[in-house]
Amino acid sequence: MDHVDWQRLKTGEVNLGTSIMAVQFNDGVVIGADSRTTTGSYIANRVTDKLTHIHDRVYCCRSGSAADTQAVADVVHYTLQMYSQTAGQPPSVHTAASVFQKLCYENKDALSAGIIVAGWDKEVGPSVYNIPLGGGLFRQPWAIGGSGSTYVYGYCDATYKEGWGRDETVNFVKNTLALAMSRDGSSGGVIRMCVITEDGVERLFVPGNELPKFWEGHEVLRAPVGMKKVAGETGIVPMAVEA
Amino acid sequence: MTSIGTGYDLSASTYSPDGRIFQVEYANKAVENSGTAIGLRAKDGIVLAVEKLVHSKLLVPGANRRIQTVDRHIGLATAGLLADGRHLSNRARDEASSYRENYHSPPPLKTIADRLGLYVQAYTLYSSVRPFGISTILGAVDKDGPSLYVVEPSGVFFGYNGAAVGKGRQLAKTELEKLKLSELSTREAAIEAARIIYLVHEDVKEKEFELEMSWIGEETNGVHLPVPKELMEEAEAKAKAALENFD
Repeated sequence: MDHVDWQRLKTGEVNLGTSIMAVQFNDGVVIGADSRTTTGSYIANRVTDKLTHIHDRVYCCRSGSAADTQAVADVVHYTLQMYSQTAGQPPSVHTAASVFQKLCYENKDALSAGIIVAGWDKEVGPSVYNIPLGGGLFRQPWAIGGSGSTYVYGYCDATYKEGWGRDETVNFVKNTLALAMSRDGSSGGVIRMCVITEDGVERLFVPGNELPKFWEGHEVLRAPVGMKKVAGETGIVPMAVEA
Repeated sequence: MTSIGTGYDLSASTYSPDGRIFQVEYANKAVENSGTAIGLRAKDGIVLAVEKLVHSKLLVPGANRRIQTVDRHIGLATAGLLADGRHLSNRARDEASSYRENYHSPPPLKTIADRLGLYVQAYTLYSSVRPFGISTILGAVDKDGPSLYVVEPSGVFFGYNGAAVGKGRQLAKTELEKLKLSELSTREAAIEAARIIYLVHEDVKEKEFELEMSWIGEETNGVHLPVPKELMEEAEAKAKAALENFD
């Protein structure tokens, strides 16, 4: 069997080299994403909305090919409209995630889509489902995805606690995404977030110049501590170069 | 039967001048000639019971079951043509497995009843097919609790607390109306179901019958199963005793 190249993109294909995230808390879920869409090194859209409406209380975060994930989200949106009409009630988050999973698994050779489905339903309350590249389906208390996520797994593991309220969860998502966006070249721009509860969906926005700041480094090549500063000298000691 | 000879009863795709479809009405006659089937929606579960008329002493006891399992939590009982019941239960199984495939969760009974209703109705539309000669009782315990539906030959379906189809349905319905179904445990409902089947059986006309009974409830862990032997024997003994007092 030929090797399947998951990461391949057609030349010129628009990619969501992304940082996305969803976290469940007591009465709902917080989902978030950066806003960068790229074609190669060019930023095709710096204010993208990767948080996509699927049903009244179900959203998804999209990563991978923009075209593929938009198409899949459209199909699921349609399917769940039909479902809610025939069933006479809104679909559960699990139902929505199952429809995504089936499409992603059965078309795995044609798609590059990593999707996180999250929302609120009356059966189980808040829930988060991760559907990574091959089309698996995993329920998780929190999920991160996209190229930026690899940089912040440790941060999430070290920081996440069960039993948080809304505000703590929003801060966790905001900080995680800011860290991922600062390290990942394919992520950036602004942070978009949604808080989904029984009562409704609230959208939150963090502009690019108001992102949370963390340690940003400083000049390493400077004078050793205690060295006398002479006028005209920069105080910078060059590295010794071997003859 | 003033309709006979008018020609309007030759096809299910032709209306009579007063808007009836005689083939569907004849299908209902096939149901009326069949042994009674009942369904009870109790407090915590469902009981299905069938009066299976045994036409030959040579038949193996328990053969030609009229109660089928559609999914782990869904049971189906039919009154009417046995082969039509088999066909419809196969269709119901396909629908249930398709739902499981698409949504990774057990199908709600309403969805299955809805789809079977569409399927049965389609058989009233074409001159090349005949309507189903069965009324189907569907019972399940799903995420919303116990539920009971009846699908008729026309394709219409209704939800019930207690349902009866087949020959003895009128008497069975009046007996079901006397029960406080929402206060009955599934075990108590099984006893009542057996009593009703024994009551509606006319042993003058039909000599032999077998009681067939299944249930879904807390005691079966939400799974559709035949009523166990010990309860079956208790229910039949009580049914026979009640019958003697009734006379």
